[in-house]
Formats: sequence, structure tokens, C-alpha cells
Amino acid sequence: MPDGVAIPRKPVESRDSVVIRFAGDSGDGMQVTGMQFTSESALAGNDIATLPDFPAEIRAPAGTLAGVSAFQLNFSSSEVFTPGDDLDVLVAMNPAALKVNLGDLKTGGILIVDREGFNEQNLKKADYEKNPLEDGSLDRYQLFQADVTKLTTAALKDLGLSARSVFRCRNFFCLGMTSWLYHRPMEPAEAWLRDRFKKTPDIVEANLRALRAGYNFAENAELFAVSYQVTPARIAPGRYRNITGNTATALGYVCAARRAGRPLFLGSYPITPASDVLHELSGLKQFDVFTFQAEDEIAGIGAALGAAFGGAIAITTTSGPGMNLKAETVGLALAVELPLIITDIQRAGPSTGMPTKTEQADLLMAMYGRHGEAPVPILAAATPADCFAMAYEAVRIAVKYMTPVILLTDGYLANGAEPWLVPDPATLPDVPVTFRTDAQGFFPYLRDEETLSRPWVVPGTPGLEHRIGGLEHENITGNVSYAPANHEQMIRVRARKIAGIAREIPPLQVFGPPDGDLLVVGWGSTYGAITQGVRELQAAGHRVAQVHLRHLNPLPPDLGGILTRYRRVLVPEMNLGQLVRLLRAEYLVDAIGFNKVQGRPFKVSEITTRCLKLLNGRGREGAAA
Amino acid sequence: MTTETKLAKKDFVSDQDVRWCPGCGDYAILSQVQKVLPELGVARENFVFISGIGCSSRFPYYVNTYGFHTIHGRAPAIATGLKATRPELSVWVVTGDGDALSIGGNHLIHVLRRNLDVNILLFNNKIYGLTKGQYSPTSEVGKVTKSTPIGSVDHPFDPIALALGAEASFVARSVDVDAKHLQETIRRAHEHKGSSFVEILQNCNVFNDGAFNDVTDKATKADATLVLEHGKPLLFGKNHDRGIRLRNFQPEVVQLGNGVTEADLLVHDEHNPALAYLIARLGPPRFPTPIGVFTAVERPCYEDALNAQVVAAKAKAPTDLTALLNRGDTWTVS
Repeated sequence: MPDGVAIPRKPVESRDSVVIRFAGDSGDGMQVTGMQFTSESALAGNDIATLPDFPAEIRAPAGTLAGVSAFQLNFSSSEVFTPGDDLDVLVAMNPAALKVNLGDLKTGGILIVDREGFNEQNLKKADYEKNPLEDGSLDRYQLFQADVTKLTTAALKDLGLSARSVFRCRNFFCLGMTSWLYHRPMEPAEAWLRDRFKKTPDIVEANLRALRAGYNFAENAELFAVSYQVTPARIAPGRYRNITGNTATALGYVCAARRAGRPLFLGSYPITPASDVLHELSGLKQFDVFTFQAEDEIAGIGAALGAAFGGAIAITTTSGPGMNLKAETVGLALAVELPLIITDIQRAGPSTGMPTKTEQADLLMAMYGRHGEAPVPILAAATPADCFAMAYEAVRIAVKYMTPVILLTDGYLANGAEPWLVPDPATLPDVPVTFRTDAQGFFPYLRDEETLSRPWVVPGTPGLEHRIGGLEHENITGNVSYAPANHEQMIRVRARKIAGIAREIPPLQVFGPPDGDLLVVGWGSTYGAITQGVRELQAAGHRVAQVHLRHLNPLPPDLGGILTRYRRVLVPEMNLGQLVRLLRAEYLVDAIGFNKVQGRPFKVSEITTRCLKLLNGRGREGAAA
Repeated sequence: MTTETKLAKKDFVSDQDVRWCPGCGDYAILSQVQKVLPELGVARENFVFISGIGCSSRFPYYVNTYGFHTIHGRAPAIATGLKATRPELSVWVVTGDGDALSIGGNHLIHVLRRNLDVNILLFNNKIYGLTKGQYSPTSEVGKVTKSTPIGSVDHPFDPIALALGAEASFVARSVDVDAKHLQETIRRAHEHKGSSFVEILQNCNVFNDGAFNDVTDKATKADATLVLEHGKPLLFGKNHDRGIRLRNFQPEVVQLGNGVTEADLLVHDEHNPALAYLIARLGPPRFPTPIGVFTAVERPCYEDALNAQVVAAKAKAPTDLTALLNRGDTWTVS
């Protein structure tokens, strides 16, 4: 290499966007590889979206189909809304990973495998009778076979590491190869290694060597004929970080509690995929954060409600099975009118279902899953970063209206990540909290005229001693009352209070023409696929628009009018038709459901295909499944 | 109302009509609690009574402090969140044998294990009263009730033994109508730093009348109860001439005299939970019912440890939100 200047010795081709998936055994470090490739791609200036996909078992038997772990990334020179439908590149560390993931690889796509991983034993575990690398079954892909294990071992041979430690560096060899293939800067991965293993310098060195060896191998070996460039995307200026939905949720709560000037209390019981919020918050005690790992889901929300009684910003986090258990306490919170935020990070149900797979089938439970007339505001985050904004908004509404609030996210948002334009905390909305201390004219259920909220009085306030409880009570005084007219009045006033939140919901953003042939209405994590799909249809000249709901109860006040301006309304959901039911009931609109419940998000192509069918006057049969 | 004002019983009587059945043991307990509260040196506004569901759980409505009548069995969980974030409050849980030991059993054992500094008053009447007379987890085998017309086949458990098994740091038993003993026990429960568990034998005169007659009737009381006093031998009986002796690790009732002296008897030690467990297993028909403080040991409280972590974290780590939001890898797009 003359003068130390790197001259690409192989041709470079340009790509607009690339979808890559790293797949291997759950012990192969595929999540780490994917996350490091994500950091590299962010630094390269691409827009990105990610999707980890890991098995429920912590360590399923090595090499088996059940033990396959994968991480998918879409990086692009234009705006990205989803981790991508079909794969341009699949990295498969063993036969099981190949078998589970090959169906998603495009014809002609790049397939990189560790040849040594395809030994007799692993082939058998993956139920391959013949080695797919040799039987011609992979002919329609660009197959690249590298002796990853051998090459990694060679690069690390004088370090004196155990065979096992060497084996565990194979993922960084693969990261090196793919980093070369797509011109990724490796500094973020190197910095991560140095920090992550700072106590074991030999492991840092081993992984750095594996990384560079992979890069050099890709550059020098005859394996790859070309490399690819994905130019930076045009992104709003500012400081960015990559953030998962669960981290964003945790940070949203911390910021809202800080703005309110109150301690944050989380009562929670570990459950997939919600536990990361508990982990995140338990490490943030310096921000006046109290985390309580309860004995069960009921105690998690119960303790949170106790903390709310005492004046804390109180939250609980869970997933569907936990929501079932918390229902009674949600009812108590709304009867005693204390602020409390319940986060349901939805997963595939019913029952234990598929804990690591995503779904959005808890909407009607959030809406109606309590006995009695028990309305609760419901918010839903649309993207991983949006979890921050919606968590913050949930706190604001809870304390302003003295009510429990349910925030819905899901497994896809929780573990998925996207670049986040980091906000300046000073610009975040106010979260005013005032505790009543004036005994003059005090009654526990004396209401604010505008919000219908009752005063928040915390124990320890002299002269305002009072009792609250789940028995029906008299309006104003709060004394226990079974009076028929009072009961109806209380039910109506609680309902009116929640309905009144609608006046604060900002106007909906309609993406697309203000009227037309089709409106696609979504909520939650379908945002990415719907947005991408609608854009593609608009680019093809169709009169299609999109509106995405983040407030589900009450519904935005302008939604009814918007729905009337399109010939057809389509509601894609990862359930059997829950929002569509609410919309049909609320607005008497002939909305059509588009439903998928496979534990996986919609593909963009599924959205566009369904829309086209409707635009062509077909596909009416799916209405309100 | 401030701390300086001298408080009296009337300051703890709320304006609500008390709605227990006439003759219910709960009245006596309410009265003793209202008598003791003003003497504890705690400002009225700093008391909080939290209850679940059941007859006993109506208690907070009648005490003029902060109160929270919650849902069935969950009072310990709600009290935990309050005490964890507001350790300066004096938090009391009022519960019953169904509320605490059936539907809320899990929360009870965990609050005791964590040793939050709360006082738990469990009114044990060995029956479900509010739902009108079904057997409870403390009802004896064979109990005929509305839901067990030919007798219960459920084995009961003993609240004291359960609390000790959950490693409660303070465990006591008292009786609704024994005013002096109950007041003293409530006072001790308040003074103890940590979870204080007090079982109060309470008569339900409608659905289980006379369940504790042997320990309340003047004629039988002295022979049927064993009053525990720290450092004193386990003596009982009208003439203080019977005692509990340990032989081959088995307790037995002995009559003093004929060579048996007080020196042969077990001596109560509140600081020995193993002994407390042994005493907890005593009871009718072979033994008198022990009342008093079974155990009182010091152990760190959950809320103190939790708050210490928060204080330490604040002293050690930066509390800058901007830095928090910018954690990890960031990049700037210009």
C-alpha cells in the first residue's frame, strides 16, 4: 500500500439501503455483533432501525433450531421506518441459524457462513440430511463461505487463550468482514470492546485482533469481489444516540419525575419484555429513583399506588400476563383518584404465549379490562424513541387529572432501536404538581372546575387528615355512600374527567392528501411499516393517507372528521381487530381491519399489497374480523 | 393540629358512624388503639392506617388520621410503597385472618421478610364475617360453616408461627377484651423498629361467638393463657404454679412442687426466635394459649436500606439529566 494511503483494490458499488441479519447460536454473540454494526452505521451517518430476535430460553441446547438468536438492521441513505422486510445480507454461524433465517433472504442476496460451523453434528441438530453448502440448494444466493473459526484461531494463536475464549471471538471476525463489505468505521466497536472488557485486557486484545483479521480477510481474500457504499442520510442536525424503546421509556419517566420535582417510584415484578425498564431505573437512583422488585405483579402496582398516596410519581411496568393481575388495583387507583402509570409492554398472548415475540392485542384489555365503569386514559408509543415522549406524557396526564394512565408499548418497540435526536431537558413540557395544604374548605373529592381533578393531599399534611377507599363515596366529601343517585353521579363524573382529556390532544397529523381513496389508521409499533408502505403508494401516485394514533383513550377529537374524508379506512393491527372495533363503534365508520398475529411485525410489502387490493376495489371481505 | 398540641383519644375519633355489629370485638380494639395513639409522640397527621377488605378493614374510616381502605389482601403491598418513600410516617396495617392469611398471604410474608417499619394488626376471629360466615384459614378442622355444612377439611395455620417463619422481627399476640395487655402490646409494636406483627384474638359474636372464651372468661383465663414476659419463666395458672418445661426437646406442662421448681422451667427470651417458634406451637388442648411478645429482634429495615442507596447514589453520581440523556455512543449530525 503506497504511502500508507488505503486504495480500494476492489470495485465499490453504491446501495441506497441494506437490510442485514446476523444469526447464530444464542451463545455466539449475535446481539452484540448486531449492536456494534448498528453503532458503526450510525457513525457512518445512515438512518437505521433494528430488530433483535432472540429465543425465550436463556441457553437452549447449542446448535439447535430453538437456540437461534438473530439481530436485524436496516441502514440507509434515506429515511428508515422499519428494520426492513427481506434481507440483503444474512450472516449464519451454523446450520440452525441458516435454516431458521434463510426464508427471509432475497434471491441473489449475500449469504455469509462459517464453513466450519456446518459440521456433521450441527447439521444433524438442525435436521439437515445433506450439507446445504454442498448440495446446490443455495445456488440462488451469493454464498460466501469463510473458515471463521480457523481464521480467528490463527489470528489469536500467540495470546495463550483457551479454545473456548478464542471461539467466542468469532463474532467479531464476522463484524470485521461485514464492516469491510459496507465501509463501516470500526472505532465504535473498538471503543466498546475496550470499555466492556477493561478488566480483562487480553479479551480486549483478542476481540480487536479478530475484528481486524475479519476486516483484512474480507479485503484481501478472493471471497468478495466488490464492496458497497451506503451514503449518509439527510437527517435533522443535532446530537443523536441509538435508543431502545425500553430505555426511552425509563428515561421518559425519570425526566418527567424530575420536572415534577418528585421522587420516581417503580414497583415491578420481572417479566419479559418489560424487565429492562426495571434494570434501567434501578441504576438511576441518583435521580431520586426508588425501584422495588415486588413479590408479584399485584404487589408491584400496589406498592406504586402506596407511593402515589405518599406523593411520589408512581409507575409500574409489566407485560400482558401482569396486566391481568394488576386490573383490580387499577380500578382502586381510579376510584380513589390517585396518579399512577401502568406500562404494558405487550407480547404475544394469550396466557404465557410467546414471551419474546411482539403483539398488540392488549388494547381492549387496557380499555375495558376492569369490572365496573372504569375508564382509564390510554397512550401508545409509535416508535422506540417515541416511548420517551409518551412515558413523559403519561406522567403529565396522570398528575394533572389524578388518574391511573396506561401506556402501551410492545416487544418490538421495547427491544428495537432507532437513532434519537436527544432533547434538551430544559425544553421538555412542565409537569406541575401541587399538594394541597390549605385546610380551609378542604374536601377530598372537591374538584377542579376545568379538569375535574380532586386535590392531591399527602399524609403528613396537618389538618387535612382524611380517608380514601375503594367503596363508592360521596362526591365532594368522600364519605362512603351507597346512594343510588350519587353512584351514577360519581360514575359520570369519573367518565367525564377522562373524556375531558381530549381537549389537550394536539391535532392529528395526516400524512398525505387531506382526502382521497384510502386512509390507513394505525397505533403503536405498526407506525414504521405503515409509514413506509403509505409513502411507497403515494410515490406510485395513489391517493392514500396515513394517520397514527398515540392517544387511544380518549381518542383525538379531530379523528371523526378525518375518517369521513376518505373512501376507505384500513386499520392494520397485530391482533384480530381491536382498534378497528373501537373506531367502528365510536364513529360508525366502515373501517376495515388488516390483521396479523404471528409474533412478528408487519412487513412493508404486506401493507402495500393489502392497500393496493382495496384501492383496486377488492379485499373488502376482511372487515371487522 | 401540630406536634406540640397535646393529643387525646377524641382527636383520633373520626366523624363516621362505626358500623360493626353490636358486640363485635372490633369496638374494643378500636378503642384501645385510639387510646394509645395520642401517647406515642407522633403528630396526628403522620399516622396512616391502611387496610384491605373485611370487617376489620373498615377500621381506617373510624380513626381520624390519614387512611386508605384498599383491596382484598393488598394492604401490606400498598403500605410498602408508602413507607419506602415516606419513612417518616407511622404506617399501620389493619387486617383480618382472611385478608392477611388467605388472599393476601403472599404480601404478608414478604412485608415481614423485608422488615419494613410498619405495624400490622391482624384481627383473628377464625371466620369470614363480612361475607357472612365461611371458614377461614385459621378455622379448626371440622368447623361447620355455611361453606362447610359437614365440617371443614382444611388444616389451619397459626398466624404467629407463620409470621416467625417469614422472619418477622416483632411478633406478638393479644386479646380484644384484655384492654391493658392490648394497649401495652400496641405500644410495644409501635416502639419496635421493623415490621411488627400483632395477632389480636377477636370475637365475632355473630358468626363465631365464643371462639376464644377460654382465654377471655374470668373462670378459665388464668389456666388457659400463658402470659409471656421477657426473662421470666413460663408460668401460668390461677396460683402461678404451673409451667412449661422442655424434655427431650418436647415442651410439657408441669406442676410446681414435688421437686419441680421454677428453675426447671423454660425462661422466655424475646431475642431468641427459635424459642419463639417453640412457644408458638403451644396451645389448646394440651397447652395454654401464649399471649404477649414472642419475639423482638433488631434487623435492618427495608426502607432505610433503600433510602440509604438513593442518598449514596446522589452523593456519588452526577444528577445531570443532559448527561443522562446523552449516555453511551452519541454522534452529531450537522
